[in-house]
Amino acid sequence: MLELKDIQHTFSESNWTLHISSLALFPGEIFSIIGPNGSGKSTLLRIASGVMKPLEGTILLHGKSIFDLKRRIVARSLGYLPQETVSLYDFTVEEIVRMGRYAHTSGFGTLVKRDIVVVEECLDLTEMILLRDRRLSRLSGGEKKRAFLASVLAQKPEILLLDEPTSALDVHHQVQFFQLLRRLSREGMGITVVTHDINLASLFSDRIMVLSDGRLIASGSPSEVLTASTVRTVYGADILMGSHPESGRPTILPKLVGEKKSEG
Amino acid sequence: MKGKIIVLYSLVFLSVAVLTPWFGAESLDPSDVWLYLRGEASADGDIFWLQRIPRVMLALLAGGTLALVGASFQVLFRNPLVEPYTLGMSGGAALGAFLAISLPALWIGWGPFSSIQVLALIGAAASLALIYSLSQRPQGMSVYTLLLAGVTISIICGGTILFLSYLASPHVLVLYHRWMMGGIDVVGYRDFLSLIPFLIPGLILLLYHTNALNQISLGEEMAAGQGVDVKGVQRHVFAGGGLATAAVVSFVGPIGFVGLIVPHAVRRLSGFDQRTVLPCSFLLGGTALALCDAIARTILSPTELPVGIITAVIGGPLFIYLLVTLRWR
Repeated sequence: MLELKDIQHTFSESNWTLHISSLALFPGEIFSIIGPNGSGKSTLLRIASGVMKPLEGTILLHGKSIFDLKRRIVARSLGYLPQETVSLYDFTVEEIVRMGRYAHTSGFGTLVKRDIVVVEECLDLTEMILLRDRRLSRLSGGEKKRAFLASVLAQKPEILLLDEPTSALDVHHQVQFFQLLRRLSREGMGITVVTHDINLASLFSDRIMVLSDGRLIASGSPSEVLTASTVRTVYGADILMGSHPESGRPTILPKLVGEKKSEG
Repeated sequence: MKGKIIVLYSLVFLSVAVLTPWFGAESLDPSDVWLYLRGEASADGDIFWLQRIPRVMLALLAGGTLALVGASFQVLFRNPLVEPYTLGMSGGAALGAFLAISLPALWIGWGPFSSIQVLALIGAAASLALIYSLSQRPQGMSVYTLLLAGVTISIICGGTILFLSYLASPHVLVLYHRWMMGGIDVVGYRDFLSLIPFLIPGLILLLYHTNALNQISLGEEMAAGQGVDVKGVQRHVFAGGGLATAAVVSFVGPIGFVGLIVPHAVRRLSGFDQRTVLPCSFLLGGTALALCDAIARTILSPTELPVGIITAVIGGPLFIYLLVTLRWR
């Protein structure tokens, strides 16, 4: 379990403070963080992963402060996929996934049989087996994302933090991606996703949190959180609420009727 | 697979180590060279064992170090144009060397080290420390500041040297100019042995972090997420590589190009895994510098050229050839 307590962080160039008094991420659930651009979602995820140290607050991984633990130990139970991953070199998919075993190796990172099994499993899960020898420069945006996801999965984390993992994907692959996340969460992994896609978040999440200007606006199940008033407060009035035909979960659509003229 | 590649590079390295001592202005009689070891003094034996061998050993070590540091710095700074000398150490060393040459009163030769070496080392170490302290941030070390501070310090040192050389006598300028060309024309094992204590800690530190550097090439955040203590590795690699570079530049002068080109050549030939790239860069860097020095010794025989000229003149076109012919695999 990952717990964040009394987190505060300010950037000198922004006019808001990220302020989260309490947040816990549990195994076995999909937790989505949504909110407008620049609301502090990515910063919150960076802080939760321990990659970035907040000005104030504590982050506890299994009850121990994440900054007192070695990064290698942290990475064995906490995975983090940044929004953008730009590799300096043109590695193959398999090389990228093998690098995901870093936290479980030492020295020169020689992989043993157990590691190879995990690598194969992660290539399989993300459907990258056939592309294993492909170099990064020859992959589409979505394939690249899956390659890096496979690498993070190879860490075998209990909690996985993903920063806009589906932004580069088409609808088909977005849905596939979230189905994979659901499968992983059913196997016990705790998954936190920062996303702009409110509909996907609504469909696949167990819990949603809405962040605006660094503050928590609402948190709870999709139908509790995604109410017309919350969504309109955060994203503006031009939004139409609906419900998913199969699941009944809240959905949103842009509104056309009554479109306001821009008010100068 | 990786082991095999390293063995291959090692074989080339060893054969260059064994063969290049035989090239030079004087052709040597192998039997004299052999008998010298049994205690029979001869001119050929002197040349081989006291000039050629130490010189080749120094070339292998210095070239290897420069290439290894270059390879790791290119990853650390995420910049393919970085070489060990980008970071201001050579500027500091050059300023130190210039002072030693122009102010004989400043003679502070110490133990086995000449005044030029001591002052160059002080200059290089001073710029290393300055750059390091400038790059410290509350969140840790900023590699971009490090790079910019290094380049700026190089420029400041260069400007100071220009100013001083405007005032200096022509004789000093000639000596300084010669130092800038770089050279490994040593007699005896003194220089080689005095380099060792500076290089070993740095080289071990760099090789120890090869696997972490692999992760860092995926980006600092990705690497941190996968379990790398990014700031710690950056500190170690910078300090280790900086110390090794400072030592090399102080002893043999700024021999350019090896640290820039050899790592790229290795990546083109053998892939991107730093666990291969770093050791192979050392092996190929040493090989390249020893070969260039063999050419420097023989091409205008009996005159010897400074090796820095050869590395640039041969290394440049060779690299362009690699660039054009070998595609990224």
